[in-house]
Amino acid sequence: MQQYDIVIIGAGPAGLAAAVAAHDAGIRHILILERDREPGGILNQCIHNGFGLHTFKEELTGPEYADRFIKQVEERHIEYRLNTMVMGIDIAPDAPMKIVTAMNRQDGMYQIFSKAIILAMGCRERSRGALNIPGYRPAGIYSAGTAQRLVNMEGYLPGKKVVILGSGDIGLIMARRMTLEGAQVQVVAELMPYSGGLKRNIVQCLDDYNIPLKLSHTVIDIQGKERVEGVTLARVDEQNRPIVGTEETYECDTLLLSVGLLPENELSAGLGVKLNPVTSGPFVNESLETNISGVFACGNVLHVHDLVDYVSEEADAAGKNAAAYVKDSRNAVPGVQIEICPQEGVRYTVPSHIRLSQMQDEQTIRFRVGNVYKNCFIRAYLNDRQIVSKKRPVMAPGEMEQLKLKKELLLSQIETGAQNNRLIIRVEVI
Amino acid sequence: MYDIIIIGAGVSGTSIARELSRCKGKFCVLEKEEDVCCGTSKANSGIVHAGYDAAPGSLMAELNVQGNRMMKALSEELDFPFYQNGSFVVCTEENALPRLSELYERGQKNGVKDLQILTREEALFMEPNLCGETVAVLYAPTAGIVCPFGMNIALAENAFLNGVEFAFDTEVKEIIKKESHYQLITSKGIYEARCVVNAAGVYADRFHNMVSEKKIHITPRKGEYILLDKSAGNHVSHTIFALPGKYGKGVLVTPTVHGNLMIGPTAVDITDKEGKNTTAEGIDTIRQKAGNSVRNLPLKKVITSFAGLRAHEDGHEFLIGEVEDAPGFIDCAGIESPGLTSAPAIGVLAADLLKDKLQLEDNPSFTPERKGILNPALLTLEERNRLIQNQPAYGNIICRCEMISEGEILDAIHRPLGAKSLDGVKRRTRAGMGRCQSGFCSPRTMEILHRELKIPMEELTKCGGNSRLITGQRERVAGCSSTIL
Repeated sequence: MQQYDIVIIGAGPAGLAAAVAAHDAGIRHILILERDREPGGILNQCIHNGFGLHTFKEELTGPEYADRFIKQVEERHIEYRLNTMVMGIDIAPDAPMKIVTAMNRQDGMYQIFSKAIILAMGCRERSRGALNIPGYRPAGIYSAGTAQRLVNMEGYLPGKKVVILGSGDIGLIMARRMTLEGAQVQVVAELMPYSGGLKRNIVQCLDDYNIPLKLSHTVIDIQGKERVEGVTLARVDEQNRPIVGTEETYECDTLLLSVGLLPENELSAGLGVKLNPVTSGPFVNESLETNISGVFACGNVLHVHDLVDYVSEEADAAGKNAAAYVKDSRNAVPGVQIEICPQEGVRYTVPSHIRLSQMQDEQTIRFRVGNVYKNCFIRAYLNDRQIVSKKRPVMAPGEMEQLKLKKELLLSQIETGAQNNRLIIRVEVI
Repeated sequence: MYDIIIIGAGVSGTSIARELSRCKGKFCVLEKEEDVCCGTSKANSGIVHAGYDAAPGSLMAELNVQGNRMMKALSEELDFPFYQNGSFVVCTEENALPRLSELYERGQKNGVKDLQILTREEALFMEPNLCGETVAVLYAPTAGIVCPFGMNIALAENAFLNGVEFAFDTEVKEIIKKESHYQLITSKGIYEARCVVNAAGVYADRFHNMVSEKKIHITPRKGEYILLDKSAGNHVSHTIFALPGKYGKGVLVTPTVHGNLMIGPTAVDITDKEGKNTTAEGIDTIRQKAGNSVRNLPLKKVITSFAGLRAHEDGHEFLIGEVEDAPGFIDCAGIESPGLTSAPAIGVLAADLLKDKLQLEDNPSFTPERKGILNPALLTLEERNRLIQNQPAYGNIICRCEMISEGEILDAIHRPLGAKSLDGVKRRTRAGMGRCQSGFCSPRTMEILHRELKIPMEELTKCGGNSRLITGQRERVAGCSSTIL
């Protein structure tokens, strides 16, 4: 019987950083399972630079960033298995042990027992079908990430004349990438009145190459019965409905879609992990632990991040917390719980609740806002008393926000009698 | 000279081909697309109708009920997915009850077995997500769901193994009536046959009208559908139809044999016989009407939408038989719903007619059984591990959404009439049919097709013709073997 202290699902940036942290916290029986042929996850196809400014104080490419963590994993002799698909996760009859069913070519299908699990499966791209984009279904429609893999890893060009729908970061990066490969990127259309990507990507990937970004526009028709021949865009109104008379058809052979990322939680759902409908990721507490004790989540499977640096930071916490769970060194007193309530402008928070007894001296709360805000404050209220106020000149849905809360501050403000305390986090415009 | 040429490798054409292969003879199926199941047969509801819908006495009614009765045995013989999940026709208005009874009566006349009218309570007990306004339901336990691709491909493979030839990418341009045979001018040269079967779906009128003075007319009637993720697959367990009422003709809501939930179709007459595009109006209509018979539909879980074309003949009847003024030319035209259900019976009817006409002898080596692509998920752990030990490709998952292994994809490519394109692999294995809609697996499936069939990557297609997947290779830096520069 294969038995580990911690099994980590996914060897992308989250899984690698979690493994390193768990090892450094003293855990030796760690196994990482990865379905792809190499560790590093999606970073392997992100050959552009800009990774690691926070973590390493230098600009790295995706593969270089991944490599730093792969080296750390290898130096620590942490075991990982590639080309291995996790088929399911279950709670063992002798809970709290968990059973991971995995499969690969060499070993067939087998079971692994583990005390703790760290979910780090990442996310997938939203497809055309999920957006109900009408038209034909010819060759030449790719999600931006698939196109990125084809170009950067397989060495193929998906097309020569390109329209991109969605201004998510991968779409922006691919606008530049396709241009550099000699393709003509005609336009990037974005349904919302603001971009879904980082400001720096709009400047470096679109503006620098004179690629127009059409906000409040969407694709209303795809032409071409065999290969894409054209794409029709239209402006949308406040309800995101196409406005008649604004149609514009672009002749092209390729449509790339960068219309959102969805955490891949089919395995988590199969295990009984409760998912937040806003993020499609698990609800977690201060330890990044799901509703199932000993099952942790980090990285894009938990909520979609903008920068990999924050993934590493979050995964580090998940790794440490999983180690503490395995060592049973956590404070067992249930204590006071604080429910975090995202309001006005704040779409969700990770974590969604804090158990004060388990909280570190400082807790990072990550979230995204639902609109573009200028000159505003992020404010936190514990039981209706303002405890934090942070000025933000600009906030946009494409960028992740964070708030750091001090334990002392929370302790001084909680109502000791009450089991549940409410922490409201919201945007306040001046 | 062939004894019989069949135009069209859809479900009708291949069903006839398979029935013919019970006899000795030289038979060939001509198909303009690169694969079987590329027209009407690939985009429909996948429903095996009970048979209460068609007018009593019509050929449609007769073949529907016959086809329904044949389906189970055929699905076992040819190893394709078929489940008799039963269908509901939901009546939501008191004053429409007579029309529900009318359907029941029609079903009785057509010979549909076990039809029942359920009360609101009985229906809601069996199907809790029926809409709240449900008054009564016509329940047909004999109705079912089938994999439309699986069935079509199975019929074709079995016909092929029993000696029927298939010519793909072969479009019939012209048919010339000779003294005692027909000459077919195609995109791949001239074919000749003593008899021709016209199973050309929406194009059947074109071929009929080439040889006959009695013209027929077929309208492509578009039906759009939306497909929901498997996590919505249990929303209903029966196929739910809405009784036509104040909202007009409704849409059906059904689980599919693969565990998804499907909603549709619309019905819009068009002129373009290749007009398989979805439309904003079509998708809106489906979304609006879906709730008329089923409540709480998780419409956020849509993973794709598609459209198919029904081959609607003006008289709304199957036209199956020898054309009066064209001896030896057999029509199989106007095959719209319940065409898929009727296909097994259509095969027998048309083949019997040809057997008589050409005095065909029995084929003593006919093998009725065909084995489908192995589904490893149905094996025990020990069986699966033995399989992976012998063929490690079964341990390598390519499509993570549908959990399809490389072993299944290799089988799809190398079996008789195997897959040559991304869609060919998808229809045979479901790889790429899941919630990510081939985002992750398409580069890997392309690589396998490229390797196994030795097709250059630039020539690989989504579905034949000019549907090429990539437009070129990146220039490599000299001395750098890796593609990561």
